[in-house]
Amino acid sequence: MNEFAVEMQDVVKQFITPEGGILAAVNHVTMQIRDGEFFSLLGPSGCGKTTSLRMIAGFELPTDGKIFIHGKEMSQVPAFQRPINTVFQQYALFPHMTVEQNIGFGLEMKGVPKAERSRRVSEALEMVRLPGMEMRRPKQLSGGQQQRIALARALINKPEVLLLDEPLGALDLKLRKEMQLELKTLQREVGITFIYVTHDQEEALTMSDRIAVMSKGVALQIGAPQEIYERPASKYVADFIGETNFIDGVVKTQDGSTVEVEFEGTGVVCVESSRSFTNGQQVSVALRPEKLRLNTHIEKGNNIRGRVEDVIYIGTDTHYGVRFAGGQKVRVREQNVTLGQHEIVQIGDEVSVSFTYVSPRILTE
Amino acid sequence: MVNFFRRNRAAQLYGLISPGALWILLFFNLPLLIVLFISFVERGRAGSIKLPPVYTIENYRQLFNACASQFSGPECDPFLYIGIFGHSMRIALVVTFWCIILGYPLSYFISRQRQIVRDALMILVIIPFWTNFLVRTYALKQVLATEGLLNSFLMNLNIINQPLDLLFNEFAVIIGLLYGYLPFAVLPMYASIEKFDHSLMEAASDLGAPPWRAFLRVMLPMTLPGVIAALVLVFVPVVGAFITPDIMGGGKIEMIGTLINRQFGVSRNWPFGSAMSLVLMLMVLIGVIAYFRSSTEETRRAM
Repeated sequence: MNEFAVEMQDVVKQFITPEGGILAAVNHVTMQIRDGEFFSLLGPSGCGKTTSLRMIAGFELPTDGKIFIHGKEMSQVPAFQRPINTVFQQYALFPHMTVEQNIGFGLEMKGVPKAERSRRVSEALEMVRLPGMEMRRPKQLSGGQQQRIALARALINKPEVLLLDEPLGALDLKLRKEMQLELKTLQREVGITFIYVTHDQEEALTMSDRIAVMSKGVALQIGAPQEIYERPASKYVADFIGETNFIDGVVKTQDGSTVEVEFEGTGVVCVESSRSFTNGQQVSVALRPEKLRLNTHIEKGNNIRGRVEDVIYIGTDTHYGVRFAGGQKVRVREQNVTLGQHEIVQIGDEVSVSFTYVSPRILTE
Repeated sequence: MVNFFRRNRAAQLYGLISPGALWILLFFNLPLLIVLFISFVERGRAGSIKLPPVYTIENYRQLFNACASQFSGPECDPFLYIGIFGHSMRIALVVTFWCIILGYPLSYFISRQRQIVRDALMILVIIPFWTNFLVRTYALKQVLATEGLLNSFLMNLNIINQPLDLLFNEFAVIIGLLYGYLPFAVLPMYASIEKFDHSLMEAASDLGAPPWRAFLRVMLPMTLPGVIAALVLVFVPVVGAFITPDIMGGGKIEMIGTLINRQFGVSRNWPFGSAMSLVLMLMVLIGVIAYFRSSTEETRRAM
């Protein structure tokens, strides 16, 4: 068996818009999804993540490019012949069937005898922790229960790949967090490749082995959560995943991996970077708010003087808005470790914002 | 007075339903009782009924045994009327069948269009209602006539070299009824199919169902209420139709409707006509109730 569960090779999907124009929902996407991994397609609505998923499922056929499933080309194979199952966003449970008929539908289509079907349905219900629900109708179940039934209905067929289209979107926050963990555990247990579509970056970071960040039909960056978060390849990715301060600057000098960047009117900072830059190059320095420290004295590393413009207390953290001499503004997030800590620094105070050489990231696009 | 209605909810309710209820009572239920009465009396000489009324069940007997009449000759067929009833049922079933077979895909097609196209197509389905039914039937007759539009078109194209007999036969009656009642099938089925969530078809396909199995197992059961409504809306009026079989059949195709029509017209046998009307009503009623009974389970499930 091929090491890749799903491979998309230069896949394009174009739609005709009602106005008669051509819209490339997916524009030359190439990605390899490894066997057994939890892979997320992350991006805002309209970025092409759902269209990509629908092409893997077989609901849409690519305009161009190829899709392989475990090494077999399936670009033009209809959905019902693919070894893939889907958990739909609104679950798409059959309202006129019982839970048992719903979950057993895939087996029924394969011609599995009724007795074995019943046995496997009750096993599947055990797996999603809803035993004894066979005779209920979807309408008699809560959103979370419907979600589990949808999951059982897909997994009972032992698909080679399970596709999940924002399956937790309709659930409330607390239930969503629970289901995230449960899904992740379940995926490890069954060992099936999961491809998960979401617009929620936190959800993607929590659950995925790898993430593809998509925008405007293009996969901008594919990598493990830490990689995407710590080493974003572009401003878009850095901005989409988590909160980021971008400060525009000009490269002054580069000495090996140490780059000096000048922020106009503010000063010079030192940043470690493996990339090489030319002197005078315009760059953006991305700084995560939690990697900045507020000090009243000078620390090792970079120190920039600024004035506190706002203080927002949000329980676990306090957020500070600090304006530098050159007019650039950054947000700083400090954890509230000690009682009353948030009262030490107040609006109007002169402070020093400090950060290490390795925490910023220099981005050019 | 106003305050009385304001305070009394029952009075409000009766106040609202009484105009309609009175109308139905006066112009529907009362005439029906008159028909019931006439069906149990002897006919008068010049039409109407014999006065003072002479009660009899002869009219019903005649229906089930045509030779019971004193006017029947030696070549009398006792099952003449039963045969016509059966024939009408058959024509109505054929018409209903084709209305659903043709109407379902049409409704599906319309429901899958963009909103603006959908509205336009639905107006096209409804437009024939703006023209008098009689006029439409005569127009269709002109199309199917020996020297009509269809025959001359086919002859000019040299597809046929002598005109086809398209009119004044059962085929013409069926075409005429199909033409007249197709919209009645499309409207309820469209309403059902439009509400159907097509992602369920994707779900079925995703679970390994080829298109036809997904249709039979998911879409058809869920849109069945519309199909049943179409069935009733077409079958009931068609089984008693009389204008279309009269015009398209040219008097050669006898259906219950034409038969009843004749009893109140040329035959001047009101009591027999009344008896037939009531038997037809009863048959349709029993049929519809039986159908609803057998399908309520499916219908309820599909809701």
